[in-house]
Amino acid sequence: MAIWGNVDSNVPAVTALLADYAACIDADALEQWPDFFTTECHYKITTAYNHAKGLPVGLIYAHNRAMLEDRVVALRKANIYEAQRYRHVVSGARITGGTGDLVEAETSFLVVRTMHDGAQDLFASGRYLDRIDTSGNRPLFAEKIVVLDSDKIDTLLAIPL
Amino acid sequence: MKTPSSAAAPSLWPDPGFTHIPYELYDDPEIYARERERIFMGPTWNYLALECEIPNPGDYKATTVGDVPVVVVRAKDGSVNAFENRCAHRGALLCLERFGNARAFTCVYHAWSYDQAGKLVGVAFEKGVKGAGGMPPSFKRGDHNLRTLKTATKAGLVFGTFDHAAPSLDDYLGPEIGGRLERVLGKPVKVLGYNTQVLRNNWKLYAENVKDPYHASILHLFFTTFKVNRLTQKGGILVDGSGAHHVSYSMIDGNSAEAEYRDAKLRSDSDEFGLKEPSLLDGRDEFGDGITLQILSVFPSLVLQQIRNSLVVRQIVPKGPDRSEVIWTHYGFDDDDGDLTDLRLRQANMVGPAGYISMEDGAVGAFVQRALPGTRGERSIVMMGGDGVESQASRATETSIRGFWKAYRSLMGL
Repeated sequence: MAIWGNVDSNVPAVTALLADYAACIDADALEQWPDFFTTECHYKITTAYNHAKGLPVGLIYAHNRAMLEDRVVALRKANIYEAQRYRHVVSGARITGGTGDLVEAETSFLVVRTMHDGAQDLFASGRYLDRIDTSGNRPLFAEKIVVLDSDKIDTLLAIPL
Repeated sequence: MKTPSSAAAPSLWPDPGFTHIPYELYDDPEIYARERERIFMGPTWNYLALECEIPNPGDYKATTVGDVPVVVVRAKDGSVNAFENRCAHRGALLCLERFGNARAFTCVYHAWSYDQAGKLVGVAFEKGVKGAGGMPPSFKRGDHNLRTLKTATKAGLVFGTFDHAAPSLDDYLGPEIGGRLERVLGKPVKVLGYNTQVLRNNWKLYAENVKDPYHASILHLFFTTFKVNRLTQKGGILVDGSGAHHVSYSMIDGNSAEAEYRDAKLRSDSDEFGLKEPSLLDGRDEFGDGITLQILSVFPSLVLQQIRNSLVVRQIVPKGPDRSEVIWTHYGFDDDDGDLTDLRLRQANMVGPAGYISMEDGAVGAFVQRALPGTRGERSIVMMGGDGVESQASRATETSIRGFWKAYRSLMGL
């Protein structure tokens, strides 16, 4: 077990879920993004500093799926921002706990942002702290805490991570 | 050698008044250097910290005044000191951590050390080694203390100024702005979290945006899209006598705030573009005056924001002629109950880099910055509501932007 300590039969399923999740956002299929969550989900984007210090505020903070749906409507109908796309690179899912139908996982990500004029930047790096409900037909995020490594957001964060 | 303080000035801004703003001010390196010298290191009071960030003796915070690095530290007697975060020896940063606790500040480079007032108390190998080397007899530690700032606290905020002859903080703010500041900071404060928004524009474009009520319902469509804009029925702009500081506010007209919040939620609920989770619009009239929005600015770089129950200290930090950052410090009060904390966290969705009603502010300054090429000799127009800088009841005005430029011109000698 020493060398292969993190092998867990749930890793392939978590990896596949996160690949689908990232592909959904990167393909601008934001209307389907809330479908990855349970009805009573908790979703938050925070920073490593706030997370480590137990400071609760989020850049985005939702305590159910309806709030995620509202955010998508706002992005489509209300908010003004220049056209941009993300490319998520998600890597290294690790199972960190869980009981019963609930799987806890921690996974690294990078997001490259490409603006409409072709300008590209490394927009975000961090980790997903996920609690995944596996009781239904498809696995769903009961909780997703997006912990950004940096405090700094370039210009704005419109599209979710 | 170029002398930014004399020759360029008259031709840059020939006409008096504050209605036409030269575009050079947003990207000229000489202007930027002059702002550091005359504004940030001049007779202005700059936000340094929340008192609750440095509660105990020795607690320090490394921050900046403009882009000048400073340390603010709680002394043994409970007072607050501030000094430049730069060793007097070779100029290296003294504090590398954002927050910490220290009895003395010792430079990592050559171990010169300073007490909590910035006084030089130790020089490594000052007498040399085994009688050889060391500082000459002419060297006096007392000549090499760190440059200090005068500090003052008000309602849990710590301010500092490099100009020890500056007027008192209370005189600087004036009673009206000071009272509005105390309104949102009347009790012991706790931090709910931080983040930093990087702006690809000159710092003044953000400072102006904050003082610009004209754009609010035009650029930010969240409230109108979700049909919840009836909340903002009455309000106005207060500008202090110097023009430097302002308050923009809106409040409930008539009904109680709670009734109005419920009403907003209902209308949102029934509309096709209504929010599926209208609890975002819940609110509590926590200050008991029906004011649901108050944006307060203290020249040059502090913004205090109340949007419903979302309370934030924003610090504008210049990072070069065409860059700046806004540090968002969300706060609540020590005696907040769980429901109120929850409201603040939910309503934080409206502000900050991902905020429903403020994400656009992160981009719009860059739209101006990117369009600057070709503007030499041209000026932008700030005529909404006349050419004065007085308080106005209408929010279709740019009076507080003109106030900014009035204070700016006076300090810059332009």
